[in-house]
Amino acid sequence: MSKSTISRRGVLKTGAIAGAGLALPTYLRADGHTGYTNAPGDSPTVTIGFNVPQTGPYAEEGLDELRAQELAVEHLNGEGDGGMLNTFSEKNLDGTGILGKKVEFVTGDTQTKSDVARASAQSMIQKDGCIMITGGSSSGVAVAVQDLCQSSGVIFMAGLTHSNDTTGKDRKANGFRHFFNGFMSGAALGPVLEAEYGNERSAYHLTADYNWGWTTQESIQATTEGLGWQTQEAVLTPVGAGDFSSYIAPVLNSGADTLILNHYGGDMVNSLTQAVQFGLKDRQVNGNDFKIIVPLYSELMAAGAGANIQGVIGSMNWNWQLEDEGTKAFVKSFGEKYGFPPSGAAHTCYVQTLLYADAVTRAGTFNPCGVVEALEDFEFDGMGNGPTTYRGADHQCFKDVLVVKGTENPTNQYDTLEIVDQTPRSQVEYAPDHPMFGGAEASLGTCNPGA
Amino acid sequence: MDAIILQILNGLDKGSAYALIALGLTLIFGTLGVVNFAHGALFMIGAFCSVTLQRMLSTSFEMVDETQTDFLGNPLKVETPYVEAWFGPEVGAAIIDWSVPLAIFLAIPVMIAVGFAMERGLIKHFYKRPHADQILVTFGLAIVIGEIIKANFGANPISTPAPEAFRGAMDFGVLLGFEPNTIIYPYWRLVYFLFAIVIIASVFAFLQFTTFGMVVRAGMADRETVGLLGIDIDKRFTFMFGLAAAVAGLAGVMYTPILSPHYNIGMDFLVLSFVVVVVGGMGSLPGAVLAGFVLGILQSFASMNEVKAILPGIDQIIIYLVAIIILLTRPRGLMGRKGVMEE
Repeated sequence: MSKSTISRRGVLKTGAIAGAGLALPTYLRADGHTGYTNAPGDSPTVTIGFNVPQTGPYAEEGLDELRAQELAVEHLNGEGDGGMLNTFSEKNLDGTGILGKKVEFVTGDTQTKSDVARASAQSMIQKDGCIMITGGSSSGVAVAVQDLCQSSGVIFMAGLTHSNDTTGKDRKANGFRHFFNGFMSGAALGPVLEAEYGNERSAYHLTADYNWGWTTQESIQATTEGLGWQTQEAVLTPVGAGDFSSYIAPVLNSGADTLILNHYGGDMVNSLTQAVQFGLKDRQVNGNDFKIIVPLYSELMAAGAGANIQGVIGSMNWNWQLEDEGTKAFVKSFGEKYGFPPSGAAHTCYVQTLLYADAVTRAGTFNPCGVVEALEDFEFDGMGNGPTTYRGADHQCFKDVLVVKGTENPTNQYDTLEIVDQTPRSQVEYAPDHPMFGGAEASLGTCNPGA
Repeated sequence: MDAIILQILNGLDKGSAYALIALGLTLIFGTLGVVNFAHGALFMIGAFCSVTLQRMLSTSFEMVDETQTDFLGNPLKVETPYVEAWFGPEVGAAIIDWSVPLAIFLAIPVMIAVGFAMERGLIKHFYKRPHADQILVTFGLAIVIGEIIKANFGANPISTPAPEAFRGAMDFGVLLGFEPNTIIYPYWRLVYFLFAIVIIASVFAFLQFTTFGMVVRAGMADRETVGLLGIDIDKRFTFMFGLAAAVAGLAGVMYTPILSPHYNIGMDFLVLSFVVVVVGGMGSLPGAVLAGFVLGILQSFASMNEVKAILPGIDQIIIYLVAIIILLTRPRGLMGRKGVMEE
């Protein structure tokens, strides 16, 4: 019979030493000796994190973002036809990765939930050693992940986020947004709405009851009221309501002749479909033909709405039908690889990945503060939106905005939207301290390298 | 007045869906004693029968048209549905146009088969287990089915329009003596309401006027005694599970033009339908139907701007509020029977 030498105290001591030993590499990697989080040091590779919705209501957009991000990595590593690297005005990226390091990536699923997205991004930063996080299809997620990246000392290149707050009151020094925003939608839509529908209209808003819906309604309402339109009613609708009929029915006898659907995703598909079923597009009110407006369009949602979208005006950040060389190069790369044209969400994520790589190359370092400096007030072209500036004051990209309309006579399954107008960038610009963007109190803070 | 009538009409079609799902839930609970949280998934499978048939009918062959180009600048591959090639463009297009109503004929056998498979393969093993176990396993099953649907059809809503003849809206107000264009109601919602009435009436007639139905009702009232008479009540109850699945599936098929189907559509209806069952009275078929329509109409009224101006957010809680009030004043629900879920 042998006597056991294992004691409670011994187990605790051994456990503590083993735990500290296991945690040490992560700690060293996180705050290493080079002065910033997840510095790659002498590693031949660098890892970036694609944090997109792979499940949940925006999974289709997330998966399209992921396709584009994988394509961007291929191009950065010298594979494929190079895509927009051939048209990008900067010529620093030569297909040898970033600063000579091969680009690797990890993916995470945001599920379009802020807490899940944060946890996913945190895991990418702490466990996978990501130097940059990009992607996403929701403003709530973008604001949450941007905040995490700021406090963790990594760069966040936002995906699809349209709320004014992302680069407004919630702006952060480590965060950058290429996608346009609600204010820009309003500014772009204004002239087209005036030309198409005149100055004497009465609008009824149905607005998704969350941050994006509120800021979009505020922006569009300011635009339409600026045109002389009346705002008949602005009704908040629950996110994911499904059946909007009880919100649409009051529109019929409200005296309004225009319905503005500040909805996105499945809500937009359902509310638009049901508005059409209620015959709104066939009505005449106040001597005007009744019109429906969707401030933010997406190709994937347009496909979901089917024929109901025909003739309905909205705005977009980018569309695959643009004729510039950058767009052609990207559509060719994406189309040949996947067999269908890319969505706007895919485009913005592809461009964000290349812009980050270029900024690192110009800065000569992965240090987030060097990247921030390289991106601030950076002017570029050849990425599909014409001459573009990453404004230093709020890290918002300024470029042309598209006004689009549901195609009346589609010729194929991808022919869902037609471009009505390419609103020049000068028309959608605003002051960094604009009241809709947090006013004078809004601040980027200082860049955080994390170390 | 016109606004009130409009909301009643809206409540009727919404209530129709609640009533059909709750009817199936009650059939399953009343016969098998199972709390089936996968019932919303059956509604979703029905909805995707519409999508499947639409896609089957739209299956096309490709022909290269050298005069046109695709988005990459290559010669355009023009897709022509086989049905248009076989029956001519007009007849073929009409068949595709009617894919939603035609999906009823696909959904009935599919849903009965799914119901049988679900009951025999999984749920029968949980008959004697606590209700909490039944809820957990059926809820898990609902999630699995949702993920399978997503893997095959994607996450986005899929457009499934009503036939051309039923698109648009009718001027209901004129029928009631109102000014033209005062009360507008979509044709398809009216079709859905009438369809729901026919299905509900058929289920009641089946249970009321057939020998099979009579035995099932007897089994619902006293399973042991019916068994002692030498009747294999389990087989009949399994059939009733299939019937309940078919009712939920048909509700889903016909709802697709109102709400574009997506992988989570069943969950959207499930919780509300359970509230409907509880309010109607556990195990009471007429109670489920009555509560479905009542709660559907109340939910529509609560969405009126005038109501929300007085009670903000009431549209989100009205159903639960009414459920609390009814259960406080009538603990067995509107038409619940003594002894059901009271042991």
